[in-house]
This record gives sequence, C-alpha cells and structure tokens, in this order.
Amino acid sequence: MGRNLLAKVWDLHRVRDLPGGATQLFIGLHLIHEVTSPQAFEALRERGLKVARPDLTFAVVDHVVPTDDVRRPLADPLAEEMFCAIEDNTAACGIAFFPPGCGSQGVIHVAAPELGLTRPGLTIACGDSHTSTHGALGAVAFGIGTSQVRDVLATQCLAARRPKVRRIVLTGKLGPWVAAKDVILHIIRVLGVKGGVGFAYELAGPVVERMGIEERLTLCNMGIEGGARIAYCNPDEKTFAYLAGRRYAPDGADFAAAAAWWRTMASDPDASFDDEVALDVGDLAPMVTWGITPGQAIAIDEAVPSPSACPGPERAQAEEAQDFMGVTPGKPLTGLKVNVVFIGSCTNGRLSDLRVAARVARRGRVAPGVRALVVPGSERVAAQAEAEGLADVFRRAGFEWRLPGCSMCLAMNPDRLRAGELCVATSNRNFKGRQGHPQGRTVLAGPAMAAAAALAGEIVDIRTMMGADA
Amino acid sequence: MTAQSIQRVKGRVVPLGGDDIDTDRIIPARFLLCTTFAELGEHAFEDDRKSPGHPFSDPRYAGAKILVTGRNFGCGSSREHAPQALKRRGLEAVIGESFAEIFLDNATSCGMVCACLPREVIEKLLADAKRDPRSEATIDLAARTVGLRRRKYPLAMDESVRQRLLDGSWDVLAVLQEARDRADALAARLPYLAFRRGGAAR
Ligand code: SF4
Repeated sequence: MGRNLLAKVWDLHRVRDLPGGATQLFIGLHLIHEVTSPQAFEALRERGLKVARPDLTFAVVDHVVPTDDVRRPLADPLAEEMFCAIEDNTAACGIAFFPPGCGSQGVIHVAAPELGLTRPGLTIACGDSHTSTHGALGAVAFGIGTSQVRDVLATQCLAARRPKVRRIVLTGKLGPWVAAKDVILHIIRVLGVKGGVGFAYELAGPVVERMGIEERLTLCNMGIEGGARIAYCNPDEKTFAYLAGRRYAPDGADFAAAAAWWRTMASDPDASFDDEVALDVGDLAPMVTWGITPGQAIAIDEAVPSPSACPGPERAQAEEAQDFMGVTPGKPLTGLKVNVVFIGSCTNGRLSDLRVAARVARRGRVAPGVRALVVPGSERVAAQAEAEGLADVFRRAGFEWRLPGCSMCLAMNPDRLRAGELCVATSNRNFKGRQGHPQGRTVLAGPAMAAAAALAGEIVDIRTMMGADA
Repeated sequence: MTAQSIQRVKGRVVPLGGDDIDTDRIIPARFLLCTTFAELGEHAFEDDRKSPGHPFSDPRYAGAKILVTGRNFGCGSSREHAPQALKRRGLEAVIGESFAEIFLDNATSCGMVCACLPREVIEKLLADAKRDPRSEATIDLAARTVGLRRRKYPLAMDESVRQRLLDGSWDVLAVLQEARDRADALAARLPYLAFRRGGAAR
C-alpha cells in the first residue's frame, strides 16, 4: 500500500513520539508576523533562550500596516509599537525580515510562496490559522498559537497531533466565472465548518490539476474555515515551474535534484486515506455567504435558506445570522445594497485575482456611495499589477488602489467598516465584527463577484452582468 | 522548568452556550494591538457582551471557573489571545461539545482545560447554571469525568492533551528541549536543507 503526502512529510520530520500519542515534529520553515510573535520572543528572553534556527525563520509585518501611508512612525502608536517589536526581535536574533518598501513585503501567505520559501515536502508553521495556504505547493503547513511560536523559536520543533487525511476528489469542468473561491466555499458548505476537525484535506482530482498555483493557494487557504488545520495539493509540474527562479528556491543543478525529490513526496497512486469524498463541481455557480460563518454559503442564483429548513442544531444560528445580516429567507442575495467592497487578503489578493477583478472593473465605474478598496497581497503583486496596467484600470474605475497588507480582512489597521455597513469581501471570514465594527456585515465572494458588486452598488450575478463575455 | 500538574477543576459555571463561537468573538481583533497578553481579560467577549443577558456581563457569574459552550468552540483565527483572555478573566476550563484544533492547542499551552461532553449533558449544565448561578461542576481529569449534582458524566478529551495536563508538561517547551540532539540529527538528514539556494542573497 502506498503512502499519502501527509504520512511521508510527517514521518520525515518526526523527531520522536511523545507520551499520549503526540509527535515531536521538526519544522522546516517557520514564518512569523507582528501579531502573534512579540509575546513569544518575550517568553524566550524571560527564560534566557536563543532562537534555534534563525536561518529557517522568516518574518513580515502585514496585519497592522496601514494601506495608505507606511511612513514611520506609523500613525497608530500601538501599531508602531508592534512594528518596532518585530523589527527589534528579528534584528537581535538574525532573522530575515521583510518590511514595507523592501519589495517582498506582503501578507505572509502571499509573500512566502512568491519568495520560494514555500516548497513541497516541508513542514511549515506560522502563528496564523491561514498557514494551511502553503499546502498548495505540497507542504504540510498549519497554524499555531503564540506558545507554540515560542516552542518553534526555541527548538524548531512542535508537539503535534497527527491528523487523519481526507482526500477530496473534485471533478467536472468549472463554469464561466467560477473559480477556486467558489469551490472551497462549496466544500465548506457541504462538509461543514467543523467537518475537517481532526483531518488534513488532500485536494485532488482533475479540477485541482487544471488549477494554477494561485488558485490552489486560494483553495488551501480556506481549508481552516472548514475545520481542517492542514490542506494540501500534491506537487506537480506546475508547482515546479512556479518555483523555478524564485529567490529561496534551489538553483542550478540543485533545482533538478530538488524537483526529483519533490516528485517523490506526492501521494502515491495507491495511497490510502482515512476518508474520501468525491464532489462534482461542474454545475457550480459563483458562491456568496449569507450569514456569519463561512459555511453559510449559497450559489448566487439560490435563495437564502429558511431557518426551519436548516438541520436542528443550526436553526438558531441561522436565525441569528439572518437577523444580523438583514437578509430574507426565501430570497436570493442579488439586489442587496452594498456599502463597501474589499478586494484583497491572503485568499484572493494575488495577481490572478486582480486580473479577474480588473476585467470586470474595465466595464464601468464604482457605483456612487460605494467605497471600493483594492489591496494587493504583496509588494510583488502590486508591482506586477502596476506594470500590467491593472492598477490604472482600478483607479480609473473609481477603486482605491492601496498598499499591501491584511487591511480590511481583519481591520487591525485603519481600514474598517462602520456600523451597519455591508461589505462584499474576497477575504475568508464573515464572523460578526471581523471587519472592524461589531455591526459591520460581511458577504464573502470571489474577486469577480466583488468587483461586480462595486460597479452595481448591489450584489449581482457576475454571469448576468458580463453576458457573453465569459 | 516543568509546569504544574492539573488534576481537576472545581468551580461555578458560566452558561455561554452557542455553536461555532469564533475567536473574533472571544477577543475582537482591535484588542490584538498589543505586545503582551496582560490586559486581555477585561476585553473577553467585548462586543457580544453588549447584547442583553450575556453571561459575561452578568455579575452573578463573576468568578466562575468553568465556561460551558456548544460545538466547534474557538474556530477561526489562531490567536492565543483568545484562551489568554479567558484565563485572565479567571476561567480555568471550558466544557464544550467539540473544539477547534488550534484553540485546543492554545488553551492547553496556557494550562486551560478543554473537556468534551455530549450535547444532552451540556444542556443540563447550561440549564443548571442558568437556574442557579451558584451551582458548581467538577472536572476530574484522572477519572475522566465531569461531576454535576452528585452525578458523574464521562468526559472525552484528546489523550495527549490529558496527559500533558496531568503530568504538568502542558507547557511543553522543556520536553521539546530534551530532544535537542535528535532534532539536530534529523535536520542534518533532511534532503531539502542540503539543496543550494537560488542566486539572490537575503
Ligand atoms: S489577510 Fe486576513 S486571513 Fe490572511 S493573514 Fe491577513 S488577516 Fe489573516
């Protein structure tokens, strides 16, 4: 019987078994950012410990940076303090740090793949739940908390429980304007927001094979929204082509050797899995969320479910969500008035996302009264988008073209919703209060649908808006 | 440095209830603008607390040690600020139907107990605490039970987590440090650390 990728990577990095069934796991790449690391560095100092492998540790500042003006000191003194902390901590410990202006800064999950840090066969940890993103290149990558950041800094190891593996085989040919975001929202809807607890998701099948690396990053990014702390795709020729020439990818003759090794790390054709799910996504429509968890999603041409039609335990939650969001059961979301549009984040802030959104933005202007932000996921994405003329497309259409960062995905910087505002966001969480105001409301969608909502001033079906222009 | 062994938690109950309570609700992102966890306790459930009848703003539940909730508690962001905020409010344990994994790890790392019970028992606990805010529950980790009104219910818990709490290695750093040489030896064998890296230096 063959082995799956998770088993191979896990066994390769197993230092020893711990009592009770956990594994002491070696971490091949540790990514850090300013929100979850300062307390970890402080804990190291308190105990007089050093960073074990600064050469395997890389840092960005992404969550708190403003997207209009990053001159120091930052306007918000608390944000400035956090910026200083990661700057000082990384300098003192000899850790590579990518601040704004260096050309490589960005949301950690956008920047690290671009730098070639994310590679097949690695264990990757980061004090951030969307670390699952990096699995798109065939790594075993997962989010950790601050105490675990401390553990990795001090020992380059973690105490980790080995997950089971669920293989999700996606078949069918995606329709026009349907992409990775819609697929993952559909998966979460079908399997539930806790369906993946205890599992790593292997995303496989012809749909995944046809996807580019950026789409796979989107797919794995939201694995955690389905409860799966780890999501991954098997590495293939597209993965290797993506990595060739990147700053931290192997070079010259070593690239061929690396690719040969990467190939061996994919799941074997006869690998076994703890669970398998097959989903035909051929007739999927663009997806939107109507509630306050990412599992509360529907196709754009579908009606918001009536709470009484929801399974028992979900009924009260559906009522609460519909009340909060101001949506009507039995009606689709089309026509719902939109105040803000946010295009960006580690889910949909990459170049391919901006290209799709720009195709829509070319068709018109942002509707009066709508605030529409385009926040590239990284400085590299921003530079490419400028060079391709996408930034100009957005500016001309009345979008605000911002500097890279997490921005309104979680609103730790000044980009925030105001009370009652409804935002169509390409990010990954529609939790109450997520976008900076307890009464702010979030509808999750892909970049094309978000751009369409900006032009229309309301939620529309992108397929209708763009007509034959598929 | 080995932390303290945690055998049991006995105390009053906050009947929170609810499913899929995410970490943005436990501690909204605006309170993450900090470099220490010290002040977080006062902001636990800051936004939710404003809705009428929320147990976190009900003085009768002040000083309770056990939070009772539904399924998938702590989903969402990886912020350890969430269990830290609960802990700094004096809570020592959370009883739920199930927990999101990162939350479970984070809670364990700060010595907070997460115990799972079936829905019927959770409903009993909730009803009990709502009726009488002075009612107490006891989580016994060694016996794997939750005691409520002279009755005991079996609890479910990840075994590695239970072990760590019982033997005081919930703060696992010292344990990981013991195997330093083995970790170094493993790193020396990893194929990918031997590949020569691309042109541009840092
Ligand atoms: S973009 Fe959003 S989800 Fe991604 S790392 Fe930043 S805050 Fe987290």
